[in-house]
Amino acid sequence: MVTTTVDDGSIEVTSSGRIKKFLIDFYRGHPLGAIGAGIVVVMLLAAIFADFITVYDPEQIDFESMLVPPNWAHPLGTDNYGRDILTRVIYGARTALTVGFVSAFVGSFIGLVLGVASAYFGGRFDLIFQRVMDVFLAFPLIILALAVVAVLGTGTENVIVAITIPFIPQCARVVRSSALAIREIPYVDAARACGFSDSRIILRHMVPNVMAPFLIMLTAFVGQAILLEASLSYLGLGVQEPVPAWGLMLQGGAEEYAESAPWIAIFPGLAITLGVFAFNLFGDALRDVLDPKLRSQQ
Amino acid sequence: MKKFLTTVAAIGAGAAIGLGAMGASLAATPKSGGVLDFVVPSNPPSYDAHQETTFGVIHPLAPMYSLLIRVDPNDPQSSAFVCDLCVGGVPSATDGGKTYTFKIRTGVKFHDGTPLTSADVKASLDKIVSPPKGVPSSRKATFVMVDSISAPNAETLVIKLKFPSGAFIPALGAPFNWIYSKKDLDRQNGYSWHKTHVNGSGPFIFKSHVAGSHIEGTKNPNYHHKGMPYLDGFKAIIAPKMNLRVQAIRADHAAIEFRGFPPKHRDDLVKALGDKITVQESDWNCGNLVVFNTKMKPFDDKRVRRALTLAIDRWNGSKYLQKIAIVKTPAGIVFPTHPLAATKAELEQLAGMWPDIKKSRAEARRLLKEAGQENLTFDLHNRAVDQPYKHVGTWLIDQWSKIGVKVTQKAVPTAEWYSKFRKTKDYQVGLDANCQSVVNPVADVAKVLCSSTNNYSQCENPKLEDLFEKMNKESDQAKVRTMMREYERIVLDEEAYIGHALWWYKINPHRSYVKGWKIAPSHYLNQQLDNVWLDK
Amino acid sequence: MYKYVVNRVLLMIPTLLGAAVLVFLVLRLAPGDVCEMRMAGTGLFADPEAIAICQDNLGLNDPKIVQFGRFIGGYFTADLGISMWTAQPISHEIEVRFKLSLQLALMATFLSVLIAIPLGTISAVKQNTWMDYAVRTFSIAGIAMPSFWLGILIILGLLISTQAWFGTPWMPPIYYVPLFEDPMGNLSQLIWPALATGYRYAAVSTRMTRSALLEVLREDYIRTAHAKGLLEKLIIRRHALKNAMLPVVTVIGIEFAFLMGGLVVTEQVFNLNGLGKLFVEAVLNHDYNMTQQLVMLVALIFIITNFLVDLLYAWLDPRIRYA
Repeated sequence: MVTTTVDDGSIEVTSSGRIKKFLIDFYRGHPLGAIGAGIVVVMLLAAIFADFITVYDPEQIDFESMLVPPNWAHPLGTDNYGRDILTRVIYGARTALTVGFVSAFVGSFIGLVLGVASAYFGGRFDLIFQRVMDVFLAFPLIILALAVVAVLGTGTENVIVAITIPFIPQCARVVRSSALAIREIPYVDAARACGFSDSRIILRHMVPNVMAPFLIMLTAFVGQAILLEASLSYLGLGVQEPVPAWGLMLQGGAEEYAESAPWIAIFPGLAITLGVFAFNLFGDALRDVLDPKLRSQQ
Repeated sequence: MKKFLTTVAAIGAGAAIGLGAMGASLAATPKSGGVLDFVVPSNPPSYDAHQETTFGVIHPLAPMYSLLIRVDPNDPQSSAFVCDLCVGGVPSATDGGKTYTFKIRTGVKFHDGTPLTSADVKASLDKIVSPPKGVPSSRKATFVMVDSISAPNAETLVIKLKFPSGAFIPALGAPFNWIYSKKDLDRQNGYSWHKTHVNGSGPFIFKSHVAGSHIEGTKNPNYHHKGMPYLDGFKAIIAPKMNLRVQAIRADHAAIEFRGFPPKHRDDLVKALGDKITVQESDWNCGNLVVFNTKMKPFDDKRVRRALTLAIDRWNGSKYLQKIAIVKTPAGIVFPTHPLAATKAELEQLAGMWPDIKKSRAEARRLLKEAGQENLTFDLHNRAVDQPYKHVGTWLIDQWSKIGVKVTQKAVPTAEWYSKFRKTKDYQVGLDANCQSVVNPVADVAKVLCSSTNNYSQCENPKLEDLFEKMNKESDQAKVRTMMREYERIVLDEEAYIGHALWWYKINPHRSYVKGWKIAPSHYLNQQLDNVWLDK
Repeated sequence: MYKYVVNRVLLMIPTLLGAAVLVFLVLRLAPGDVCEMRMAGTGLFADPEAIAICQDNLGLNDPKIVQFGRFIGGYFTADLGISMWTAQPISHEIEVRFKLSLQLALMATFLSVLIAIPLGTISAVKQNTWMDYAVRTFSIAGIAMPSFWLGILIILGLLISTQAWFGTPWMPPIYYVPLFEDPMGNLSQLIWPALATGYRYAAVSTRMTRSALLEVLREDYIRTAHAKGLLEKLIIRRHALKNAMLPVVTVIGIEFAFLMGGLVVTEQVFNLNGLGKLFVEAVLNHDYNMTQQLVMLVALIFIITNFLVDLLYAWLDPRIRYA
């Protein structure tokens, strides 16, 4: 177990033990969250080692083995182009996590910066900023994404942009309200009185204190992003063939073959559901841990 | 597939009852009554077919209008026309092929009661052929040969041409040339009136339109083809999702969809409903074209273009693609079953149609090497529509990977797809389609003519222009055929501006109680529904 | 309070104006135009002249500022303009869809409340028991399933099961009939999408109910009630739930606003002629007029809902005072 501790090796042992204890505690206190985290780890491993754990090419068409039901050679069957579904589901984790993590991280990070800055500076800046955020928030998420795809075109990168943009105001709003509360706490005034720079106060004092809502938003966004990608694919505007992506696999196949070759629709659908499910379970547990108000009252 | 074949056999057995003379007459006697519910894949734009171009306006609204001439509803596969508002047969040209005189049917009334005369036909055709300033007409360009239209008396219409042209009658027979009432066109803003109002002389009267939901028509008791229509009315239900349309037929919320379903949906319907479903199939007058942007490097080099078309195994691809997509027949630029189309032996001479794909791909690799493009990568500009665009695109990408070319599919919504082809022209290779209504190869192949505004390859070739013009003025079909082969060879092989992917295949599984409707080679044709009846 | 209301109403104006500018510009950034969509067809003679005339007639060649002026000016003359796709007045096009979307949103919200409040309460009261875990798993599954997948499964499930049981396949009607014209037809169409979305949105409210209730249950007055020996059920119903309702009401209100315009995918799956489907069509067709008005409508619904939720908040909770 690698830890982030920078001290010498002697501490390594104890902190490793500490982490082990933390994990056990986390599992005892939040069994659902631990299950979620477990699924996330499996997904991550699948995404990273996709090349090593699969034998088929996820994109190569093989018309000789079209629509083969699950068997030993193809445990989850093949799709209408004769591609192995298990392979595509595994590679699909890579696409899903790339879309999920990149858009969630970028979206919530920009939201964090904007939200904290807005709360810290207050006044006119905050007022104008709030109105701008209101404008974005008034658009339903999928419609904002739709508009972005209409402007930028389809493809994995554009889908990420389309999903990131609506996340920014959502995160900014939540972070801002937490940051507002912190700004009123005397130590921020004290820091200011000490003559610290704005950026130092924001980074050292305010940002760490809004980490809880930030992390909760972040995990929620990963799940939402995976679902949004699927929805965009359903409307034909998501990731494009032949890239292996869960939403895309569900789009054509789920409808056309739902009955005659149900394995095409079932497995990517399950993958999405399980993935989003895991991130939500994990996020819930994280909230319980991070939010002091909800902390154990047994 | 096996299931489908058995059902076709079952349908055959059902039809076999009609072997005896008695049975035949019984089966053929249409019953009156009933309302036909059908599903339409798109929300129609304005009601004015003179300016619109989508089938979305044809399916729900064509039953309300008459045409001067139309495709024979009892034999829509033939390319011959019959009279709708004229009487007798479609007239032959006099005056050395330059004058057509139509006798207009008497006693026809518009739905508002106004009698229909040749003046109405003239006013409608004038709106299409020579519209006043500010009035868009989408088929104006198909009537370049028309010199004048006159109505010397109420029952006679005379159309004079500038030069004899075999393309005139097919242009006139286009299913969009609805006849409006002159009275309506003479209103204030009369030329926009038909965008939001309906007043025709067709078999059905406009009853209601719930925006985005459905359009209803009721029987026109004064319809000029006596005894018809058989239906009391119809309801065209708008349903953009393919899956839902299929399920709607399965649950009998709709009896038919007139555009076409993919093979798998056909099989599912047949499997679930057995002989309650009848399947009609036909080659479709639509094809997917791979278009190379000749103004974009390296596609300005014909070796690269030829290599890319040589890499596509059309014969073998067809076998598999027809199981998953609405495409089937590999052919040249002419509609496969037409006499002007190339024979198999002729096709096998063309690049990308050689019988030996190994040899073809070896030649492709050699050409790429010669052009210094062995590591070619590019984006395929495609339309974000599943059937058949994305299927064909995905297949093409796989074909190109076999000669070491790496291609990324960029499928975009329809508006952007057009925009890149027509305005910005900054694509490398695109997947286009050529969809025509009336089968008329001499006109249809204008799509690949370099000067055509719909040929997006940006090519320039005077030889093609010359051949095209000669074909259009030649009446000897054997000579036209020879010229057509040369035209095809230049476009697909020598210059390889275009790679013809595959022709589409129209599959219409419908409730077996729908009778009288016969599949046409186009989803634009034969949609007046006057001879359709329900055997319930 | 009065000042607060006036202030909030005034603040709506810049937000709406911002939405107008944003949608106006974004639409014009996307390549392609409605005339090409209508007239290029896939056919042979896409007449460039006809396309140009169409663009002229729709005012697409006017300077942007003139087009924007027409858009905003319309609000002063109560004229929303015509759809560039169908040439029908936009008010006419929206009216039909609005009714369906409103009914569906109400039904889905009702179902989601019906599911969320009892489940959330059980989950909070029985915190960290198997019941809590079961409820949470059930509710999170609602968020995790792609809605179109669920929709497709529902339709297919209905078709297959009705065919197996009754011999003929049945599915919900595919076009809308008003509730008062044909209540059975109306409900048999809308109940399925309402269930699918209600379940999905219940997940959010269930979690909110749970956490709000958990917080309230630790307040002093609840302990006092316990001390007084009041029945557990009574405490929850009389005291805790009532006070935990505030954040739940907020979430429900905001969800409702989203349901009005955001059911883009569900409406496609069930072929519902609502605002979401119209939205997708308008965006894809590049029908600028229609998209602009829809965005403004959805934004307005969202803003007003938010405002009402805030007012309700202030009214329900005397501790909150706005100045």
